[in-house]
Amino acid sequence: MKVKRQKPDLAEGDLTPMIDMTFQLIAFFMVLINFAQTESNDQVVLPNSRLVKPPEQPLEFPIILHVGQSGSVFLGGDDYTTDTLKVGLNQEIRAIKFEGKQVEDANVIIRAHRNTAAGDVQEVIRVAQEAGLENFALRVKEDRSG
Amino acid sequence: MKIRSKEQDEEKQQLNMTSMIDIVFLLLVFFVMTFKIVELEGDFSIRMPLSGGAGSPDLTDLPIKLRLKADNDGNLESMSLNEVTLGTDYDALRGRILGLIGTTAPSEDSLAEGPEIEIDTDYNLRYEAVINAITAVSGYKDGDQVVKLVEKIKFAKPRR
Repeated sequence: MKVKRQKPDLAEGDLTPMIDMTFQLIAFFMVLINFAQTESNDQVVLPNSRLVKPPEQPLEFPIILHVGQSGSVFLGGDDYTTDTLKVGLNQEIRAIKFEGKQVEDANVIIRAHRNTAAGDVQEVIRVAQEAGLENFALRVKEDRSG
Repeated sequence: MKIRSKEQDEEKQQLNMTSMIDIVFLLLVFFVMTFKIVELEGDFSIRMPLSGGAGSPDLTDLPIKLRLKADNDGNLESMSLNEVTLGTDYDALRGRILGLIGTTAPSEDSLAEGPEIEIDTDYNLRYEAVINAITAVSGYKDGDQVVKLVEKIKFAKPRR
């Protein structure tokens, strides 16, 4: 009788910490993947809109520009102003051309803070236009309240 | 002795429950975290080639002009559509757009030929107000469906 009672308990005792660890690892990696997908910046709080929906396919050749509340522009981890942004954009354009694509194929995704002056966003668009870029996307947060 | 062995059995069963609860809590924490972190985002697409601003290719189809004025704090003071003042009511703007382009939603074929709107905003206006105006002119929600109005949006030259 003793032998019968001990055997299943031992087997279960071995499995549970392993399952725990597996779930923890899965949770860890899933959270990491979500961080990469949002492409977020701490200094940017996007405005809301009821009309937008998440795109079914991600935009091709994206250049993501974060525009902070003070008008500073973040591109690929570097901090630019509207005067120096052209340098950063030219690097991105070179990378796109290196892949054998045209400048017009690139999509500039503008993630601007909700309290940024609209003129600063316009200036960012103007600089990008002068660099030859044509397609812009103003990124906003989906508002599901209404 | 018999009573003790029964108590031991009960303890062992409780031990099994705790490991299951551990996993359930881990799952719960996981879903709570993903729910908070992932915010659904979408785009308003704008196509603005630099050459398009200088010489308008089609003079018969001039864009609708939306002027946004800001007060000193950057809040929206007034809007005017084709020189008609609308105040700060975005619903009034949407109604005006509906009156201009008609209530019929543009078909798939006519999307490229649809009306165009040019947004001329004060420099210090908060970006959120511009997005609200873009939301008002680009469509409205009818239940779960989005009815699109103006899809071609461009900005005028920035005002300094």
